Amino acid sequence: MSGLRDFCFRLLRSATSIGLSGLAWAITGVRPIWMGSEPSERQRIYFANHASHGDFILLSACLPEQLRQRTRAVAAADYWGKTRLRRFIAEDMLSSVLIHRTWTEPADNPINAMLAVLDQGDSLILFPEGTRNMTDEPLTRFRSGLYNLAVMRPEVELIPCWIENMSRVLPKGHFLPVPLLCRVVFGPPVRVESGEDRHDFLKRAHAALLALQPRPRGKRK
Amino acid sequence: MMRETTLLIVGLSAVLVTASLVAGFLTWRARDRNKPGLVNLNQRIQAWWIMVALIAIAFFFGKDGMTVLFALISFAALREFVTLTHTRRSDHWVLLAMFAIIIPIQYWLVWTAWYGLFTIFIPVYCFLLMPAVTALQGDTERFLERVSAQQWAVMLSVYCISHVPALLTLDVPGFEGRNLLLIAFLIIVVQGSDVLQYVFGKLFGRHKVAPSVSPSKTWEGLVGGVASASLLGAALSFLTPFSPVHAAIVAFLICLMGFLGGLVASAIKRDQGVKDWGHMIEGHGGMLDRADSLVFAAPVFFHIVRYFWTV
Repeated sequence: MSGLRDFCFRLLRSATSIGLSGLAWAITGVRPIWMGSEPSERQRIYFANHASHGDFILLSACLPEQLRQRTRAVAAADYWGKTRLRRFIAEDMLSSVLIHRTWTEPADNPINAMLAVLDQGDSLILFPEGTRNMTDEPLTRFRSGLYNLAVMRPEVELIPCWIENMSRVLPKGHFLPVPLLCRVVFGPPVRVESGEDRHDFLKRAHAALLALQPRPRGKRK
Repeated sequence: MMRETTLLIVGLSAVLVTASLVAGFLTWRARDRNKPGLVNLNQRIQAWWIMVALIAIAFFFGKDGMTVLFALISFAALREFVTLTHTRRSDHWVLLAMFAIIIPIQYWLVWTAWYGLFTIFIPVYCFLLMPAVTALQGDTERFLERVSAQQWAVMLSVYCISHVPALLTLDVPGFEGRNLLLIAFLIIVVQGSDVLQYVFGKLFGRHKVAPSVSPSKTWEGLVGGVASASLLGAALSFLTPFSPVHAAIVAFLICLMGFLGGLVASAIKRDQGVKDWGHMIEGHGGMLDRADSLVFAAPVFFHIVRYFWTV
């Protein structure tokens, strides 16, 4: 019985993954731009700017199907675990990793959940800003999770990914997307240098991501 | 109609085969096969094969096929246009309506041949209601710029392009059931003019028409391209209700409109600081890079035929 159940969930996940990627392409015509990194089987943490629920779908739509199967997005448990429907979408359909943004019990420490996924051999999609950016700044301050993961699993590559335009397609508070062209720029890997502390590393990773931002379309020279 | 369709397919295939052979020969002879110009030429010809095949399929499905094809072209063009303009979060509903309401309604009006509403739906109703919705959102930051860009987007990408399938709604006496050939004439002449202007420009181009707008448009390309495309129009008069002389005059006018369309599109792109509208069509750029001339030519062609040839 449980074999059948597993099979059904696997089928549901593949169908969701292919369906959503197809939908993302139909709406945004999304194109990956690899600048300094290439699609690879290597275990990675893709870290990206975050302003829309569509971000993770757009980013995974840019990965080849076999990599997408092994790449899981990190999502906030306090949002995606709130109702049964949200939990079903996040965990069973999208196979995201739910983490607690505020935690008191050591068991809830988000690092453990993320490390568990990495130790299974899967890659992660992480939004180090921690929440959707609603400010006028292009990129807000990074939380420290990225640094902790980088130090604890130094063999995992950290790839900065700039997601362009998705916040215009699906802004916070809307659930119907406006079709606009989107791109995801994948930059060269970032690593913690020896002796580099948390603050310096996060600043550098922040700058590396921001450097991928193309001149915003729809803005004058 | 069967005879003309067969001739069209044979003729277009012959042109594409010749183009592919010439490009293949140039590539084979070239010392550096990865020269950007050559790669682009080969990409362009490959894309032409695909575009001609898609239009042929739509042609085969008649009115339904053409209406759906051009609705999709409008969708792609509108998406490129809006992506390039300045939008704010408060524009979300208007932008959504442009794709989800205006495109379907406009093409439904074309499909049902409701001429009276088809010609005014966007220039009157959308023109007045879109800024009203934007104003109701209460966000006045760069208001005029935002609503103007929205108007331009739907006028060019939806209203103008919808005049291509609208040709099927015209009643030309003695031409019943053959209106699809008018679409073929329009597309072949206008796109042919683009290609011929490109060829004449590459071969003889010296004097730029508007150097601050587009470096690739030359007087030699313009005159050579438009003149030869007008002759092409005369040669294609058997597709149309026009006499050869009339066909040449109509072809001349739509080629001129097509040139102006390309010029305006270049000015918009330059203003927004981009080279191409998008990347949809390999070697050509975006949908609007290929369709800009058709955008300007289609409404004028529609009204010329309607005024002089319908009852």
